[in-house]
Amino acid sequence: MLESLLLVLLIGACAWIGSSMGLTAVFGVVLPYVAVFVFIVGLVRRMVYWAKSPVPFAIPTTGGQERSLDFIKHDKLDCPATKWGVFVRMFLEVCLFRSLFRNTAACTVENDPVNGGPRLVYYSSKWLWVFSLLFHYCFLIVFLRHFRFFMEPVPCCISVIEAIDGFLQIGAPRFYLTGGLLLVALLFLLSRRLVNKRVRYISLANDYFPLWLLIGIVVTGICLRYFDKAEIAQVKIFIMGLTHFTPTIENLDLNNMFIVHLTFVSTLLLYFPFSKLVHMPGIFFSPTRNLPTNTREVRHINPWNPPKQFFTYPEYEDTYRDAMAAAGLPLEKQPDKKSAE
Amino acid sequence: MYNTRPVCIGIVILVIVLSAPFWVGIFGTNYTKTGITKPTQESCVEDTAFMRAQHMRLLNEWRDQALRNENRNYVAKNGKTWEISLQNTCMRCHTDYKGFCEKCHISNSVSPYCWTCHIIPTEGK
Repeated sequence: MLESLLLVLLIGACAWIGSSMGLTAVFGVVLPYVAVFVFIVGLVRRMVYWAKSPVPFAIPTTGGQERSLDFIKHDKLDCPATKWGVFVRMFLEVCLFRSLFRNTAACTVENDPVNGGPRLVYYSSKWLWVFSLLFHYCFLIVFLRHFRFFMEPVPCCISVIEAIDGFLQIGAPRFYLTGGLLLVALLFLLSRRLVNKRVRYISLANDYFPLWLLIGIVVTGICLRYFDKAEIAQVKIFIMGLTHFTPTIENLDLNNMFIVHLTFVSTLLLYFPFSKLVHMPGIFFSPTRNLPTNTREVRHINPWNPPKQFFTYPEYEDTYRDAMAAAGLPLEKQPDKKSAE
Repeated sequence: MYNTRPVCIGIVILVIVLSAPFWVGIFGTNYTKTGITKPTQESCVEDTAFMRAQHMRLLNEWRDQALRNENRNYVAKNGKTWEISLQNTCMRCHTDYKGFCEKCHISNSVSPYCWTCHIIPTEGK
């Protein structure tokens, strides 16, 4: 946990020191280009790798009654039997995280009145669902809000998002709710790993590092907007230079915090295709989610099975006809007289 | 590769969405300079670097000082005293709303709510 935090702080410190030493071209131009290239190529490579992997068995997870006889009610959302049903299930999974909604937490009740002793009870636990949903949607809105730096003129849909996001009109510049909520959600997701003993036991550096990195991105972003302010017009000139492949850093006064923010984002992009964060495209390749539960109707053929060498009964009889006739076994076709003679 | 068609469609969608920051720029123009017309007076309340980055914070503090604390005097870092007033101090030099304020605000999608109370300065008043 601490190693991950130190690593993120080290990356930030490198970027800060680098930009103060005049290495803005490295952290502000070279690194973002490399990061975007690695990010996109890495994700495509990963998707092709998944698409090449065969699915040996039909293993959809079922959360309800499979389609069966007419008088048994079919749970169409949790146990879809058609491609359309799978699409609906997938859509709800991606947009609403239904599988997290089903989370339960177990605990033991001492001296339960029902059986007069300790009893194991499961109760619904929605916290992870709430905060992961909050995190993902806030991140989406923050990502969309950043398009004001990529587009000139800024389209009105971005302005509408900003107006709704900042409708509380706190301070100047206006406080954006999603920025704050994003930090809250990330802090919950981190503290969940620290406070819950069972989750802490299975948490590794590759769980903590993305959380700390995202916290770093959000904190530097909030700083840039409300505290150690970046000069927004210059930032836009710089970013537009990057996206038009004519990067300019001369005559621009970019503060160190901005370079740290950019470096954190580049680190995230570099890290993304090689980490657990690839669940973004990965969810669509998950055979437990993307297969219809029609295992009783359609036979799932293992794609790596070798072609079968079938030996049909007519072929069997052709091979052993004479011996079978000699043994007096019943035959579909009697042996030719000629060969018998 | 299995399910080649949906996988290829998925890859194309992913690449298009993730490279959006690069290609959405083609729908508009490039942005290489702010294009503001600076007022003729040399110095502002604070130095240029501070004003560029922090003017909104200064304005917010001025609003609180003037309207909530009834304090109309602001002492700048260089010791000079200014009257806290948007109309009388800021807009004495910054008269060109379209050429100054709006230039950066519109292209960076900043919509300050100064003008829900104050009158937008117009040229040649």
